[in-house]
Amino acid sequence: MQYLLLCYVDDEKRSYNLSGDEGRALYGSYVAYRQALQDAGVFVGSNALQAVSTATQVRVSDGKTTVLDGPYPDTKEQLGGYFLIEAPDLDSALAWAARCPAATEGTVEVRPIMPTPVSV
Amino acid sequence: MSAAPAYDAAERAAREGYGKLVAFLAARCGDVDAAEDALADAFTTALERWPADGVPRNPEAWLLVAARRRFVDRVRRERSADRAHDRLTDAARDAQAAFERGEMIDDERLALIFACAHPAIARELRAPLILQTILGLDAARIASAFLTSPATMSQRLVRAKRKIAAAHIPLRIPPDENLAERLDGVLDALYAAFAAGWSDPIGDDPHTHGLAFEAIWLARLVAASCPDEPETLGLLALMLHADARRDARRDATGAYVPLDDQDPTRWDAAAIDEAEALLARAARGNRIGRFQLEAAIQSAYAVRRFGHDPDRSAIVAFYDALLARTNSPVVAINRAMALGRLHGPNAALAALDAAATDPRLATYQPYWAARADALARTGNPTAAHDAYTRALGLTVDPAIRRFLTARATREGGAPPPDNRRSTPERWRSG
Repeated sequence: MQYLLLCYVDDEKRSYNLSGDEGRALYGSYVAYRQALQDAGVFVGSNALQAVSTATQVRVSDGKTTVLDGPYPDTKEQLGGYFLIEAPDLDSALAWAARCPAATEGTVEVRPIMPTPVSV
Repeated sequence: MSAAPAYDAAERAAREGYGKLVAFLAARCGDVDAAEDALADAFTTALERWPADGVPRNPEAWLLVAARRRFVDRVRRERSADRAHDRLTDAARDAQAAFERGEMIDDERLALIFACAHPAIARELRAPLILQTILGLDAARIASAFLTSPATMSQRLVRAKRKIAAAHIPLRIPPDENLAERLDGVLDALYAAFAAGWSDPIGDDPHTHGLAFEAIWLARLVAASCPDEPETLGLLALMLHADARRDARRDATGAYVPLDDQDPTRWDAAAIDEAEALLARAARGNRIGRFQLEAAIQSAYAVRRFGHDPDRSAIVAFYDALLARTNSPVVAINRAMALGRLHGPNAALAALDAAATDPRLATYQPYWAARADALARTGNPTAAHDAYTRALGLTVDPAIRRFLTARATREGGAPPPDNRRSTPERWRSG
């Protein structure tokens, strides 16, 4: 059973400046977390995202494609990255989510991956 | 609910068997809804037939045999496209084989209760979910106890069961390191079930006593499985104390009787004895908690059956400890009342004023009734009358309404004829 751990963190505070002590420490904690997932054999994949200010929205309606800058959401915490893990049940996934630095920094949303339907 | 003992025994056996089978099948296929669905028709038939025909020797085996057709239909319909249904069929076969060997299936209802009270399930849905999956209560009955529409309740229950299956919420008793914390969630849910339908679980209408009977049944089940958890025993003791006074809460005319005025000979002595024994056992665990404190308060009141006065200072001390733990406005009101009995009505009023900073109390009936009682005792009939009227406008229980009407009248003037809240000035002059 796979779970996607979506990391919602404060974009403003998310430091892309890895030269600072705080930024380096934060980056280090994510590296260590990823390593722990790998060592436990539960790691499937992960990525960090650029700030939401770099995002662009695309929508197609009535055959017309609209491209927009944004979004500009009101909430402070934005999707900043994800970890895809393999876990036997929700309790196990929640235990891993709690260890994620994003759970301390912000919020981790745990979503079960939909199983691939049997082909018809 | 029927009062006929034969009907009650048959219904109980049907619900026991149903709950055990749902838990057994759900634990193996991970899908509570599928397990319930497979057994639905068989359970309905059992509820209809067992009261007349008698309870079969092995209720679970009977239910499973009766459900077989439904299984076959379902598997055919789903064309085994979903692994959950394959696992369901396998689990049913396992159970069948056990019965043929003359064995009972394992009782895994506690594991299912833990899944229903999982922190990933919305808090207010945990009690309804337990009542449905373990006891087979229908959504309409649960909805009315929780003051919501059957359609809404049914939809929310379906969604919660889908979450258990889709997110793989484990159907097992949590490991020791999480057990105490997760048990809190279970006990909370059982207490919510007990309180559902009562505006005040410690003193309300015996005839619409919500789901108290079902909640006691569930608390016994959990207490039997976790006999060393003091809070489980405390919760059961609390429920039994409250339930023991069920009949005494009404006089011959059906009018509400407050605790201090109740006739102790009308309390259920056997239930109180059991509650006291449970509380003593809980105390040996040396871990005090919310439910043990609440049960201890009920126990302190129960000494009136031996002709003793309740130890008012001990009751206040229990409330102090409870308030420190829960910070609940409801506890604060009860503490203020207890304080009033110990130090007089002015002490009660001061404590109520302190509690009134919580805005929820403005629409909380027991707050206004407590305030009115204290005001009446200080010799302030006008203010007492106003407070009784506010309480009256907020009550949902007809017997309580009659009681408050009588008290309001005693303090001055007739209450408004339609029992709805209106400005006191208007009808006091009228």
